[in-house]
Amino acid sequence: MNDQARRLLEAWRTPKGWRYWSAVNNSEVGLWYTITAFAFLLLGGLLALVMRIQLAMPDNDFLTAEQYNQVFTMHGSVMMFLFAVPILEAISILLLPEMMGARDLPFPRLSAYGFWSFLIGGVFVCGSLFFGAGPRGGWFMYPPMTTQYQNDVGADIWLLGLSFIEIASIAAAVELIVGVLKCRPPGMRLNLIPLYAWYILVVAVMILFAFPPLIAGDLLMELERALDWPFFDATRGGDPMLWQHLFWIFGHPEVYIVFLPSIALVAMIVPTFARTPMVGYGWIVLAAVGTGFLSFGLWVHHMFTTGLPGITIGIFSAASEAVAIPTGMQIFCFIATLLVGRVTKSVCLLFVLAGLATFIIGGLTGVMVAIAPFDYQAHDTYFIVGHLHYVLVGGTIFPIVAGFYYFYPLVTGKLLSERLGTIAFWLMMIGFHVCFFPMHITGLIGMPRRVYTYPAGMGFDNLNLIASIGAFVLAGGFAVFLWDLLRPKGKQSAAPRNVWNAGTLEWLAEVPDQPWGVRSIPIIESRYPLWDQANFVRDVDEGNFYLADAEEGLRETLVTSTVEATPIQCLRVPGPTFLTLWAAIFTGGVFIFGTFHWYFAASASGGLAFLTILVWLWTGTAIIPEKPQKDVGLGLTLPTYVSGPDAVGWWAMFITMLGDMTAFMSLVFGYFFYWTVHEEFPPADAEGPGVLWPMISLVAALAAWGLMLLSRRLNDRENAMLFYISTIASIALACLAVGSLVGGPWLHEMDPTVHVYQASVCVLILWTVVHLLVGVVMQLYCIARRAAGKMTHRFNADIINVTLYWHFMVLTTGITALTIALFPLVA
Amino acid sequence: MKTTKPAADGLLSSAKLWTLTFAPLCWAAHFLASYLTSAIYCAKYAPADGDGLPIRIAVALFTVIALSLIAWIGGIGLRAHHMGETKLPHDDNTSRSEQRFLGFATLLLSLLSGVAILFTALVFVIMETCH
Repeated sequence: MNDQARRLLEAWRTPKGWRYWSAVNNSEVGLWYTITAFAFLLLGGLLALVMRIQLAMPDNDFLTAEQYNQVFTMHGSVMMFLFAVPILEAISILLLPEMMGARDLPFPRLSAYGFWSFLIGGVFVCGSLFFGAGPRGGWFMYPPMTTQYQNDVGADIWLLGLSFIEIASIAAAVELIVGVLKCRPPGMRLNLIPLYAWYILVVAVMILFAFPPLIAGDLLMELERALDWPFFDATRGGDPMLWQHLFWIFGHPEVYIVFLPSIALVAMIVPTFARTPMVGYGWIVLAAVGTGFLSFGLWVHHMFTTGLPGITIGIFSAASEAVAIPTGMQIFCFIATLLVGRVTKSVCLLFVLAGLATFIIGGLTGVMVAIAPFDYQAHDTYFIVGHLHYVLVGGTIFPIVAGFYYFYPLVTGKLLSERLGTIAFWLMMIGFHVCFFPMHITGLIGMPRRVYTYPAGMGFDNLNLIASIGAFVLAGGFAVFLWDLLRPKGKQSAAPRNVWNAGTLEWLAEVPDQPWGVRSIPIIESRYPLWDQANFVRDVDEGNFYLADAEEGLRETLVTSTVEATPIQCLRVPGPTFLTLWAAIFTGGVFIFGTFHWYFAASASGGLAFLTILVWLWTGTAIIPEKPQKDVGLGLTLPTYVSGPDAVGWWAMFITMLGDMTAFMSLVFGYFFYWTVHEEFPPADAEGPGVLWPMISLVAALAAWGLMLLSRRLNDRENAMLFYISTIASIALACLAVGSLVGGPWLHEMDPTVHVYQASVCVLILWTVVHLLVGVVMQLYCIARRAAGKMTHRFNADIINVTLYWHFMVLTTGITALTIALFPLVA
Repeated sequence: MKTTKPAADGLLSSAKLWTLTFAPLCWAAHFLASYLTSAIYCAKYAPADGDGLPIRIAVALFTVIALSLIAWIGGIGLRAHHMGETKLPHDDNTSRSEQRFLGFATLLLSLLSGVAILFTALVFVIMETCH
């Protein structure tokens, strides 16, 4: 190892001992994430077995109805929120940088924060089960059952615990979008990106628009449970249907959010074992992007039996049929690739084929239930349970198991056993179909979902017993797989480098792997550089490409342009820290203490979280570099600090605020939804916020925004005094906006517990006020940065990002003010 | 400082990642407009027999606008896809190949979005009332 390599290794060295847990590098965080998500899969699986024991016999009393309700709720919630979504983030954090020849994702500390949040939230939610306090409203928590008939803490645990995890998911989405767009290696143009990255880009964007409606729904439901704001209480003008809309605007894209990343693994595995490039690369990109969009037009097909107008049902039925087109296309591409290639046999490919076959069956029953008259019969029966497990196990779990077999040697340097893998495969394959196929029949003859038992002699007995036997065979397969993962492999020889002879960049990884990711960041000229580019591995290993050295001892990776992947920045990424762990613990405290209504502890925890995040930002972001530019190799000199749309931080702010606006628009949707369901909205006798105060807030917010634009310009001109004056004036106006927003309902004595109208006005105001206050904190932060010499006209990322936030703020305040003040006049 | 930015290449060099989303965004706009118009009309303004003529006319109008936009976007995609002599799979390491790929994907997404719009429109051809 030469001096260059030694310096690079030193910069990327993983902390030792107890400090290991301060690591933020994608290889550590990705691994912890994967292990944790996998542990939750096992827990969810055990819960499923408990259910199958209960249902094996009629009139069984293995579980009480109460216990069964908790178990099925937790099974669904764990599998969807603690396994299916996190595993995609886990695998992406672990492997995406490797696939793009990047040293790390752009915000490693954000990944670590997301992981710790996920772990804390997941343990909290699952732990409730062991105290008999688990949620029991089903994974979709329909009100009014969960708002009026379940007054224990279970639903709060679900709402707050999972909201916390959803925020972590959005953090991961921001990380992955910016990663794919800005951290590709030089030359990796859009037509050369690994298909996995295309899929992850689409999925991360979907998370950004799908999760916020659920967060908004969680907020509404928690406000009803904690403060009695009647969003879902029909006696006070509320409507439980709003929850169903918000939940399924999240819930249906969610199915594709968990399916597409798994199918992305298939898109990486198939060409390797077919020994040929993927057939129909463009068609697969079409499928990924097309599915991503169309999946947002399907949510009402979960609500066909709620009495919606026939024409609405027709629209969503048609869209549900249409999504089968792109979904099918990618499967044709995989089959075509296998047909034109020279396929080699492996356990990986067995799981891929099982996944595709199973998913196709689930997809076809999906087309059946997309047809409303059939859905009327099958809704809430075991037919749906059979259908969704064919889709999710076929589309998600089998490909992920294939991914484990495929990538295990990349991560650990050891191969899994083909012999054990084959046994696991047949047990899983047979067990799965024996378990879930009979459910279609049980459903068609009338067995409803979510019942803890059934009487004998209704035709359900044998089918349920067969399903339970199948479940245990499936579990046996998982046990063999788990043993294969965990068995000691000390005596087993190391797997050769690029053991499957794949063509994509992640297989540059050495055995044993080095923490630096790649020895030097290569120039890409092909979709399969390891197959097509001459002397590629040697050149990477010899450090003949970019950033082969870390002369300053800092962790660095390249930022490239979005389309053509032209290098634009040498990005310094932060190293190990415990700040992210503490930030997650304190943030978790807000949600966990809040669940039990311990508001003092929750506020204290919130204060600590705020301070920790502030320290994290102050010490770890927008750091002024010791030199403005540096030689990254091959004669290329790049800036070490950029701001504005070239900077990863700007993109992160922009993307986060898109998600934030989506949550806000979901609340606005709620306001207008209530207008459509009421003859008279606002009700004639209801007090509103008036016109004057909301309008004052709008004008104040516009002025505050204008002054922020001025402050940015003054900072750029190095006019410090005027910068401070302008920013302080902007803060004062933002506070005026807050005061007048609160003043409207205050002076008109609006009581949000009286009617949903008052509640929907107050929730819009609450959202806007909190955001304006965050905006004020950001302004104060800019003043402090400038005063501390950490922000100048040249190093101005902070104020540019804060101004970007304020663009969204003026939009939020404007929509809130115009809606609450003027809509009642035209309604 | 060395710059590696390639020179502008061909007439579609301005095509960006965003172009991929234009056709599906047309679908989304058409879908939302059709859904919201019919949901609001049926909830607030429909006569007792649920006569759907006004929304059928509205959706016909939305469909013509959306399909025209998609045809235009698809046309741009098609021209980019055919630019020069190279055939699929558009996997060369050149700006032109990238533009051809983007053009091809835009074309395919236009076709898919067009079909999905027709699916939605078909509902209004078949159904004469809100119910």
